[in-house]
Amino acid sequence: MAEWRKVVRSAAVAVALLSAIPPFRLTAQDTSAIDRGVRIGIIYRPGVRPGFVLLPRRGGGLDSVRAIIARDLDYSDRFEVITLPGGDSIRLATPGAPLRPARGATVPAAGGGTQGTALNYPLYQALGADFALDVTAAGDTTVVTLHDVAVGGVRRTIRARLPAPGQADFRQAVHRVADQALQAALGTAGIAATRILFVKDGKVYQIDQDGAELKLVSSSDRQAMSPTWAGDGRRFAYMEFQAGRGQLFLQEMATGKRTPVATTGKALDFTPAFSPDGETLAFSRATEEGTDIYTINLKDNCCLRRLTVGRFSDNLSPTFSPDGQRVAFVSTRPGLPQLYVMAADGTNQELFAPFDYGVTGSSNAPEWSPDGQSVAFHRDVAGTLQVFVLDARSRTVRQLTSVGRNEDPTWAPDSRHLAFVSDRSGYRQLWIIDLDTGRIRPLLQQSGARLPAWSPRLPEVTSSTP
Amino acid sequence: MKPVSLLFVIGLGAAVFAGACGGKKPVEQLAPQPNADSAAAAQAEAERLAREEEARRAREEADRQARAREADSLAALGRTTEAVRTMLAAMIHFDYDKANIRSNDAGTLDEKVAILQANPNLRIRIHGHCDERGSDEYNLALGNRRAQSGKQYLVSHGIDAGRIETQSWGEERPLVDGHDESAWSQNRRDEFEIIGGGDALVRP
Repeated sequence: MAEWRKVVRSAAVAVALLSAIPPFRLTAQDTSAIDRGVRIGIIYRPGVRPGFVLLPRRGGGLDSVRAIIARDLDYSDRFEVITLPGGDSIRLATPGAPLRPARGATVPAAGGGTQGTALNYPLYQALGADFALDVTAAGDTTVVTLHDVAVGGVRRTIRARLPAPGQADFRQAVHRVADQALQAALGTAGIAATRILFVKDGKVYQIDQDGAELKLVSSSDRQAMSPTWAGDGRRFAYMEFQAGRGQLFLQEMATGKRTPVATTGKALDFTPAFSPDGETLAFSRATEEGTDIYTINLKDNCCLRRLTVGRFSDNLSPTFSPDGQRVAFVSTRPGLPQLYVMAADGTNQELFAPFDYGVTGSSNAPEWSPDGQSVAFHRDVAGTLQVFVLDARSRTVRQLTSVGRNEDPTWAPDSRHLAFVSDRSGYRQLWIIDLDTGRIRPLLQQSGARLPAWSPRLPEVTSSTP
Repeated sequence: MKPVSLLFVIGLGAAVFAGACGGKKPVEQLAPQPNADSAAAAQAEAERLAREEEARRAREEADRQARAREADSLAALGRTTEAVRTMLAAMIHFDYDKANIRSNDAGTLDEKVAILQANPNLRIRIHGHCDERGSDEYNLALGNRRAQSGKQYLVSHGIDAGRIETQSWGEERPLVDGHDESAWSQNRRDEFEIIGGGDALVRP
């Protein structure tokens, strides 16, 4: 596929260079039948997604930085990323041309090594680019220049002192630069500097959203389940499973220090969920009466409260709305697990996702989106699981997946990407779907990964000791 | 001994008298013969010893047999305990996403009721398990339901609830690896573990 894209882009560039055609946008490439030779599978759909090009440069030790940023912006699914063919073979930049700052754009500080180079904006515009990003070095500072192609000037210059490649913080630092570039281009925050926790072989791992830096974070040999992030991204909670009982733990991301949650561990306590302010932990407790949802005050490690009294039903898998006012959860009140919602104090418990007896399959694993508008979950459809999204306001559901078994969705902080577990490739592994474009990519090529939890946007000090 | 020696003295006196009176008669010098009475006495002694020997042998034989019987009964007891344990460990199974006791498992549970009644010190733990098809986390609740169903059945048949613990394993400990109904149906189960008073069990 990448090869085809390259060919397509090459052809497009060649066409653009050879003929003065009117500006057009290069948007989604076609995935329909490609017979032979250069099938120009370009659909001209102006205005779908802004075109984006990363300027090809060689050397300067920044190849890996460029590669990471390019991939981050691609994985944001907010741009049509234009891949230029073979760098120097086509001279795209016009050296010596005066720099024209865009109206309202930040004027780059003087002294940058390559600031004197303006772009051949009309050419990039002809290629469909709305934005062009240039990554250069000025001493030990990495200078990232975002050009607004339509306006014909520099939108913003980002300067960052990046750790050396291979250092622990390197990739996260680059991801943050990518997020800044996305913010500068579109005015929305990116998801490059995020991670995903998941469980494999009973241990908790973390992985960057781009699939790099897989790392074990479990600090015990007991089986772990259900990792979940605190809203500040500095710690997570999970359940440790032993001999049919479950104890909840909090663990600091930076230090790995873990603390048992008070009152848990004597029964089977599971599916922890932080309140948005991080002061309350909700969880499920299985006892002789069944399974019910409880909360505990994390600040004072006290004050166990019971939110549901199931009697003949099970209530589990709590997830807070981002305003902290409501909790969605699973209840077996209708006879099989379905989505319910209640106020955070346990009052006003009611059915959340519509349920037709005998039609609607078991529904589980809800997670409220960070923007509050949706709840992702999975539902049994014809004997297998599929990922669904519930609109919290209209209470309508839509099915997102249909290939294979798909389960345990978790929201990215942009509320448009979901990570989930799927066996569509033949074994269960983690995938990411973009709800806006429908694009699906594998996050991890390893079997047995499950129960993913996507982090919030991570603070800068994630890997340094406080 | 006294009567024997008296008889001996009288006998001796008679011999002297005969010798004194029948002088012409050749003195038949009789070889000393065991006196009948003394022979009887010796035989009695021998018989006594024999009886004692026989009694001793009988006692030893009885001891041996007793020891053998004891060993046999210990083995039997062990065999019984093992048999009862096996009966107690018999699993029960569940329908998909269900925790109610199947009618064909009632007999298995009734057997456990009888065993628990016959062995009042016996304490058990019921482990609820699920197959891999359901949701990972929901299965923890479902496994708990299944363990509780097993317990409720035993309690409703007269077993003290304090003698039965329960645990849920969700789908985390499959009995059979495999991704078909044959494996799933075996994995949807309650297991029964002895946690106390199981050293010497009697049959119900």
